[in-house]
Amino acid sequence: MTVAPLLEIRDLSVHFNLPRLTPFGMRRILHAVDGVDLSVKEGECLGIVGESGCGKSTTALTVMGLQEPSSGQILYRGQPLSGPGAPGRKERARIAQMVFQDPYASLNPRQTIGSTLLSQLALHGIARGSEASDRVADMLVRVGLSPDHAKRYPHEFSGGQRQRIGIARALMLDPEILVLDEPVSALDVSIQAQIINLLMDLQETLNLSYIMISHDLSVVEHVSDRVAVMYFGRVVELGHWHAIFSRPTHPYTRHLIGSVPNAEAVLGRSRGVPDPVAIPEGRRFAPDISVRPEAGASREASSLVEIGPDHFVRLADSISSPKAKR
Amino acid sequence: MQLRFNLTLGAALVIAVLLGALTAGWIAPFDPVMDADLMSSELPPGGEYLLGTDGQGRDIWSRILYGARVSLAVGVISQIINSCIGTALGISAGYFGGWWDDLVNGLTNVMLAIPSLVFALAIMAVLGPGLASLLIALGLTNWSWTCRIARSSTLSLKSQGFVQAAKTAGFSDLNIMRTQILPNILGPVLVIGTLGIGTAILAEAALSFLGIGIKPPQPSWGNMLSDARELIRAAPWAAIFPGLAIFVTVLGFNLLGDGLRDRLDPHMRTRKA
Repeated sequence: MTVAPLLEIRDLSVHFNLPRLTPFGMRRILHAVDGVDLSVKEGECLGIVGESGCGKSTTALTVMGLQEPSSGQILYRGQPLSGPGAPGRKERARIAQMVFQDPYASLNPRQTIGSTLLSQLALHGIARGSEASDRVADMLVRVGLSPDHAKRYPHEFSGGQRQRIGIARALMLDPEILVLDEPVSALDVSIQAQIINLLMDLQETLNLSYIMISHDLSVVEHVSDRVAVMYFGRVVELGHWHAIFSRPTHPYTRHLIGSVPNAEAVLGRSRGVPDPVAIPEGRRFAPDISVRPEAGASREASSLVEIGPDHFVRLADSISSPKAKR
Repeated sequence: MQLRFNLTLGAALVIAVLLGALTAGWIAPFDPVMDADLMSSELPPGGEYLLGTDGQGRDIWSRILYGARVSLAVGVISQIINSCIGTALGISAGYFGGWWDDLVNGLTNVMLAIPSLVFALAIMAVLGPGLASLLIALGLTNWSWTCRIARSSTLSLKSQGFVQAAKTAGFSDLNIMRTQILPNILGPVLVIGTLGIGTAILAEAALSFLGIGIKPPQPSWGNMLSDARELIRAAPWAAIFPGLAIFVTVLGFNLLGDGLRDRLDPHMRTRKA
């Protein structure tokens, strides 16, 4: 019997009902997340990659409790973190925190940095008075700012500094899990490296577990221990970062890694953004004509198969050789 | 410079009107109701009567000073009621969404579809004339714009990182609405509110004109205007000065609101420092 992982996502699905196109039209459902299984061990960084609309952010929001799952479970050390047995908002805050993508929208423009950070300590009754201010000052120093920045308003900071503040806020309650939703994609490349290094330092010193969501493969490769590749709401490949980047198996993973320098040159044509509402039956990976998906395989038929140590790939739409038929 | 000018002039006008209303009992040269003298009716401005007299020979300056009490009370208090109702409904509708949002939206649309003056008229007809009924009637009928603004601003704020972050930090919904959303929508609500004070002052005038607002011998800028309607050729000052009083007051509130909005914006605050 192994110990329950720090965080476990079991068969998670999130569906959104879309308005009908005509009053008597078909009921349309967007399968944002469609049967995702993932787990995070202590001190580990799980990277989730995929293109816009593949469900990676929705997965993160569900972990944070900002989005109710349609089905499936999220477990924290074996205890439910979603559904009827889930802890309240305050309890959950001590478990997981989130760093948001847009550093400009993630700070209240009418609160000083200090009061944003202090209010959390007060709410959870962690510290009061001068002890609380000391904690805030410590945290600001820890993320590379100076204690007197606490008196300032968000608009007085640069994008990189704001992201540091966003990290400070996420760490104020000493959470075990940090969800990083595209933490550097809104920043300059030169600043990106600083923030990535800060995040890696913090992970080590505070023994944090990360769920890092990104479409930037180089960032994911640099930070993650394991990588999950998501496509149309499902995990299509999962494994150690080295395995994923050295032996990408699923055609979509290959496509992603191959497309880093220039997607159009690789494919010889523009792919456009696929429409996640209208997924052709049995053709989960249809928009890319350079890859031949397994035609006719139903959803049930596709499953994650272990092809190497801790390296999983979704079978039905992954291998184009006839041998791989189920 | 622009910022200080708006705020200073607006505040000066509003304070002037406020002082006039508060000290009417001391600085008004005549009693606004009892000093009626048909012998001195329709006198032009100047001399003993600063702004002339009306059809019943009452001093217009004194009546304007006393009328300011009614106009300010009705305008400010009813608009405060409106703003509170509109903001509370708008924020909660935008924040929670779902059936509550549908309900509030429907209610807002109904309120916008009924002319608010007619609705106020109906309430006044039930409650009878008087200051208290005016406050209730005007305070319950003009919140829909505030509600709309508050709701749409809340919708756009709700998905922003800092509101989500407050949720993940464990703050309650009520706390988030109060500390994260309300301060960020105060600007537009304040501006709508100041415009609403003008609307309420005009609505009071209209209701008084129809005889169900402030009862006639008591002066209000509204019934002064309607009394002067018949004398517009013979004694235009009887209409001009109450009208001017309304104009100055509404202008003052608008400038004040503009200035306050800029002042409340932290971007402005530090640019000056």
